[in-house]
Amino acid sequence: MGDVFKRFGGGLGTVFTALVLVWLAGMVLAPNITMIDYALRPNLPPSAIGGDQDVYSLSNILYLAGEDVHRAIFFKTIWASALVAFITFVVCYPIAYWLAQNATPNQTALVLLALTIPFWINEVLRTLAWYILLAFRGPLNEALLAIGIIDAPVRWFGDTGVLAGMVYAYILFMLFPIYNAIESLEKSQVEAAKDLGASTWRIHARVVIPHAKAGIATGCVFTFMLAAGSYVAPALLGAPGSRWFTQIIYNWFFEGGNWNRGAAYALVLLVLCLVVVLVTLKLARVNLTDVAK
Amino acid sequence: MRASDVIRNALFALYFVAFFAYLFLPLGIMGAATFNESRFPTVTPWQGTTLQWFNELWADAAMWQSLWTSIIIAFFVVLVSLPIGTAAALVLTSLHQKARGPLYAVMVSPLLTPGVVIGIATLVLWRQLGVGGGVFLIVVAQSSYIICYVMLMIAARLQRFDRTQEEAALGLGASKFMVFRRVLLPFLKPALIAAAFLAILQSIENYNTTLFVRGFDTPLTVYIATKVRTGLTPAVNALALIMITASILGAIAYEVLRRREARRKANLA
Repeated sequence: MGDVFKRFGGGLGTVFTALVLVWLAGMVLAPNITMIDYALRPNLPPSAIGGDQDVYSLSNILYLAGEDVHRAIFFKTIWASALVAFITFVVCYPIAYWLAQNATPNQTALVLLALTIPFWINEVLRTLAWYILLAFRGPLNEALLAIGIIDAPVRWFGDTGVLAGMVYAYILFMLFPIYNAIESLEKSQVEAAKDLGASTWRIHARVVIPHAKAGIATGCVFTFMLAAGSYVAPALLGAPGSRWFTQIIYNWFFEGGNWNRGAAYALVLLVLCLVVVLVTLKLARVNLTDVAK
Repeated sequence: MRASDVIRNALFALYFVAFFAYLFLPLGIMGAATFNESRFPTVTPWQGTTLQWFNELWADAAMWQSLWTSIIIAFFVVLVSLPIGTAAALVLTSLHQKARGPLYAVMVSPLLTPGVVIGIATLVLWRQLGVGGGVFLIVVAQSSYIICYVMLMIAARLQRFDRTQEEAALGLGASKFMVFRRVLLPFLKPALIAAAFLAILQSIENYNTTLFVRGFDTPLTVYIATKVRTGLTPAVNALALIMITASILGAIAYEVLRRREARRKANLA
C-alpha cells in the first residue's frame, strides 16, 4: 500500500484505498461471509434466534444432498450448463477463426459490430424473442409444418428451449475471447502446416486450438458460469419438467420463506462454479490474470 | 480452385448465413410481431397490420415507471462504480508486481460469481443491517460486479500510460493532486466515458442479480419478465423494436465515425 501513497500523496492515496476497501470488504467479502453464516444456521422464528437451537451445522447443505428432486435438478443444471458451453463453442469457433484469420479488416469490423447489436438490448428481451419464436403456435412450428418436416406442432418449451435461449444469450462471451486468442496466431503457421500436408482437421486440432486454448477456456468458463447462474431463460423458456437450480433457490427465498436453506443452496452453487472455473483454468494452464481481458 | 475448396467454401457460406439467421431472425420476428393485430405477439397467423401497439405502449404508465426506475438505478450505479473502479485500477497498477496477483484475483472474483449469488449475498447482509430490497440494494448489488468492468477498462488504458509524464509534472512543481487532476484524469477520460457507457448498459440489462434485491421496486427487465406471465401483448414488442432500432442506429453511427477517423488518420500519415 506504501506505493499508492508514494504515488498519489496522503490525501488521494487515502481516498483511493478507502474506496477500494469499501468495495472489496463491504460489497464483496461481507455479503459472501453473511451468506455462509446464513447457510450454516437453521431457519428459526425471530424469538429463537440466538437461543440454544441457533448453532452452526451442515444440515441445510445435507438437506440438498438428501432431497432427490433438488439434487437431480442440481446435477442437471451442472451438466446442462456444460452442454451450453460446449454448444456455444461449436457454434462460435468457425466464425471466430474466420474473423481472426481470413476476413479483411473492414469485414471484421462490420461483423463484430453486427454481433454486438443483439447484445445492446437486454437479456430478458433476447429471451422474449425466443419465447415468441418457439411458442406452440409460433413461427417456428408454423414454418416447419409448412415445409412438412413435422406433422404436428412441437412443444419446444422445456430443455430444448432453455438450451437454445442460453446459447443465444451467451454467444458474445464465447466469441470474443476465442477471436482474440486466434488473432494472435501467425498466419504463416497455418500456411506452414498446410504446406507440410496437414488436413484442415489436423491444422485445427494441432495448431489453432492449442494456440487458442486460453481463449477457449476463458469463453467456456464464462459461458458455464452465466448459464449455471441464469434465471430468466429457464423461467421463460422452460417447462415444469425442466426446472433450473436457480429457480429452486428463488423459491426458498420468496415462496418457501426459508432464507437459510436458500443461502445454503446458493453457497453450493457458488462453490461448484468456482471449482469448475479454477479446475478448467488450471487444466488449460491459464492464469486468472489473463481471464478478464 | 479444386473441388474440395469449392465444397468447403459453400459449407462455410451456409454456416455463415445460418449463424446470422440464428442471431437476427428471433429479433426480426419479435420486431415484426409489433405490427400484427394478434393479442399474443406472433407473426403466424397475420391477423392484420396495425400500429395500435405503439399507442398501447405509450399509454402503459407502469412500463414508463419501470423504465424510469431503471434509469435512476443506472445513474447511481455509474456514480458508485466509476470512482471506485478507477481507484481500484490506480491502486492495482501502483502496486509492486508481486502484490498485484492476489489483489487482482479478489477484484475479478465478482465476475466469476453467478449473478443470483451476488444478489442473494447482498440481500442477506443488508437484512442483518435492517435494510430490505429496493432501489438502494439494487444499486449496491449491481455496482459490486460492474465495478470490475470499470476497473478492467481503466486498468487497460493505464497500461499505455507513460509514468514519466507524472515525474515531469512533479519536476515542474505540480502537486501530487495537480498531477492526478491535470495529467492522469485527462488521459483516462476516453476510458472513463466508455466505462460509464458500459456500466449503464450492464445495469439496465441486469435481471438475475436484480431479481433478488428488488424488494417491491420494479425495474424494466423485471417488468418485462412479469408481463410474460401476467399477459404479454405486442406493446412489449413495440418497446423491443424501439430498442433494437436504437442499437442499430447506434452501431451505424459508430461505424461511420470509425471510418471517418480511420480516413483522417490515413490522410495525416
